Amino acid sequence: MTTKYHTLVCLVEDQPGVLNRVMSLFRRRMFNAESVTVGHSEQSGLSRMTFVVNGDDETVEQVTKQLYKLLEVIKVTDLTEEPHVRRELALVKLNASAANRAEIMQLTQIYNGKVLDVSPTQMVVEIAGPADKIDAFLGLMQPSGIREISRTGTVVMTRPSAGADTPIRLREDVA
Amino acid sequence: MTITRELETPTTATSRHADLIASWQGTRTRGADIVCRSLVEEGVETVFGYPGGAVIPLYDAVPRYPFHHVLVRHEQMAAHMADGYARATGKVGVCFATSGPGATNLVTGIATAMMDSSPLVAITGNVVRYLIGKDGFQETDIIGVTLPITKHNFFCNTIEEIAPTLKKAFHLARTGRPGPVLVDIPKDCFTEEAEYRYPQVISMPGYKPTITPNHRQIRNAARLIREAHKPLIIAGQGVILANATEELRRLAESTHIPVVNTWLGLGSFPGNHPLAMGMLGMHGFAHTNRAVNRCDVLIAVGMRFDDRATGRIASFARNAKVIHMDIDPAEIGKNVRADVPVVGDAKASLRMLANELEPMRHDEWVAEIAAMAATYPCRVVPDVESSPALSAQYVLDRLSHLTDDEAVIATDVGQHQMWTAQYYVFNRPRQNITSGGLGTMGFGLPAAMGVQMAKPEAEVWAICGDGGFQMSLHELATIQQEGLPVKIAIINNGYLGMVRQWQDLFHQRNRSSTPITGPDLLLLAAAYGVPARRITTHTEVDEVIRWAQATPGPVLIDFQTERDANVYPMVEAGKGNDDMLFSDPTGEK
Repeated sequence: MTTKYHTLVCLVEDQPGVLNRVMSLFRRRMFNAESVTVGHSEQSGLSRMTFVVNGDDETVEQVTKQLYKLLEVIKVTDLTEEPHVRRELALVKLNASAANRAEIMQLTQIYNGKVLDVSPTQMVVEIAGPADKIDAFLGLMQPSGIREISRTGTVVMTRPSAGADTPIRLREDVA
Repeated sequence: MTITRELETPTTATSRHADLIASWQGTRTRGADIVCRSLVEEGVETVFGYPGGAVIPLYDAVPRYPFHHVLVRHEQMAAHMADGYARATGKVGVCFATSGPGATNLVTGIATAMMDSSPLVAITGNVVRYLIGKDGFQETDIIGVTLPITKHNFFCNTIEEIAPTLKKAFHLARTGRPGPVLVDIPKDCFTEEAEYRYPQVISMPGYKPTITPNHRQIRNAARLIREAHKPLIIAGQGVILANATEELRRLAESTHIPVVNTWLGLGSFPGNHPLAMGMLGMHGFAHTNRAVNRCDVLIAVGMRFDDRATGRIASFARNAKVIHMDIDPAEIGKNVRADVPVVGDAKASLRMLANELEPMRHDEWVAEIAAMAATYPCRVVPDVESSPALSAQYVLDRLSHLTDDEAVIATDVGQHQMWTAQYYVFNRPRQNITSGGLGTMGFGLPAAMGVQMAKPEAEVWAICGDGGFQMSLHELATIQQEGLPVKIAIINNGYLGMVRQWQDLFHQRNRSSTPITGPDLLLLAAAYGVPARRITTHTEVDEVIRWAQATPGPVLIDFQTERDANVYPMVEAGKGNDDMLFSDPTGEK
């Protein structure tokens, strides 16, 4: 059975403990979540969660079905095969002296990043993009010495320009 | 966007108190009264519970309301009694416990109900709100504790939440795939006042069980069945929970398809029916397990392919296309791949499937299974002439003969439980009350008591081993207090017999911690005022069962059975179901 990364987007009611319920389910059923993000959606009272899970098709189907059993879960969509944009944000604290500051700034620019803070010995940069782009940037920064990394996890959205219009919202029969 | 979905107002038994209920609406009252009124609205007649600090205000209100509260001797037993009550009736069982230890004592009972899809509402008190999260006296995060063992749980943070939350709790417990729901209420919510109004409409946008199955899948299922030469039905507890036993019988008879039962499915199809093949699995009948492995189309309805039922998955029903019908979509494809998934209520699914199928016959296939049954006889009663020691199988076989279809049999967990499944012929739904999924020792006696509370006129037997009985024997006090005429049969072999059997078969007879002593059961029963007899020979068995039936009120029978008997046939854990043991392979027993 072949495993691959699936990106699931899950619309949930914004109730206390909902993240706890979801993660308790992942732990108990031995589902491996690579990344989890949560935030408000465009609808008040509803949050959108994004999971990147590694597994075969059967496992991902089980994840989806088990998620649906949670009362707060309204809709689960697997966007893996849909045209979509995906982004992650990383804050990176680097060792940066006068000697290598210019090089770091140049690389940050190439990666469409931003310098957020500079001290005589360190810098904080912001970098956004798909997870592999952030990985590549971090690889380039490795020689300078990375002091701290904080990553948000992946968020995704379908691409209307490619005709993908998966409505990740309440089912019509509920409205 | 509105996310309201109207839920039907339950009509169960509320009419009895319609005037009372009408008089409550719009009046101001305390949170404790709101809880009790909500229970009356839901048709609750019996609550099992145990008071304590956080629920003193709740218990203050209880005597004012028209439901009966059963004071148990341990909160776990309150959950088991509510579970037994629910399994016998299909109604929601209700239990109360206080915060902290009271709530955590419910845990095993809630987990038992969760594994066996039993509708339960557990109401716990918690510490006052300003102490929540401060490790207050008797505070436990019971919401966190019961998260994975409830269908859902709720914390009421305000008095206004109590009525709508209880309405949701009952709706969740009894609909879809039933299960336990816990509602945790801080003590000061019981004492505050608010206007009482039981909601007619509640919103649960994320909850929508599928009742009517997809018609295309039903047609696909019908096509497979039409093409099959050796079709077989496996009927599980879902058939009982959906009250679909008539639909199952009609389908099986019109299509002439033999019916195998899961353990909890026993009773969903009459055990004495010519098409009844009995139970499959680890201690199922040999011809039943072989039939599953020979069938070409398997119609699994209301069951979840538990490992004790399937044995090694790779060798399970390997020649069969699988039609899996269940109300819980997550069960389909979880353990066994389904060729035709049918998500829906068993009643609707079986009815629609029967409508698609014309009458058919499978005489050759039925004869093939009958021939296997002749090769591997089941329900064999040991030769009582030649064996001086009392055989438990004989006792259960006689009990099956001497009780009728109206008797309800609640068992504990272990060898006696498997022998009951094998030797007792269950013809009726809700007759077989047993902890199948969780295998909870101590379940038998309180479950029987819950059944008896729901059905005061029914003949109810608690069949327990001497180990499990000692986990719940304090409930003899509750039996006395409530005057429950439960007939208690102890299959007493001085061992934790099932563990001893595994030790003997797979651990070189290292009987580590399995010999178990116990009290003199006659003296114990006398202390609780329960008439009791001790039986050691086969000749006394019929007479003592008739004595138990004729004696009003509870009785206890101490059946002192053969100490070293094993349950056969048996599939070793991890092996395929056609790889069965019929005796100890070392030949010693």
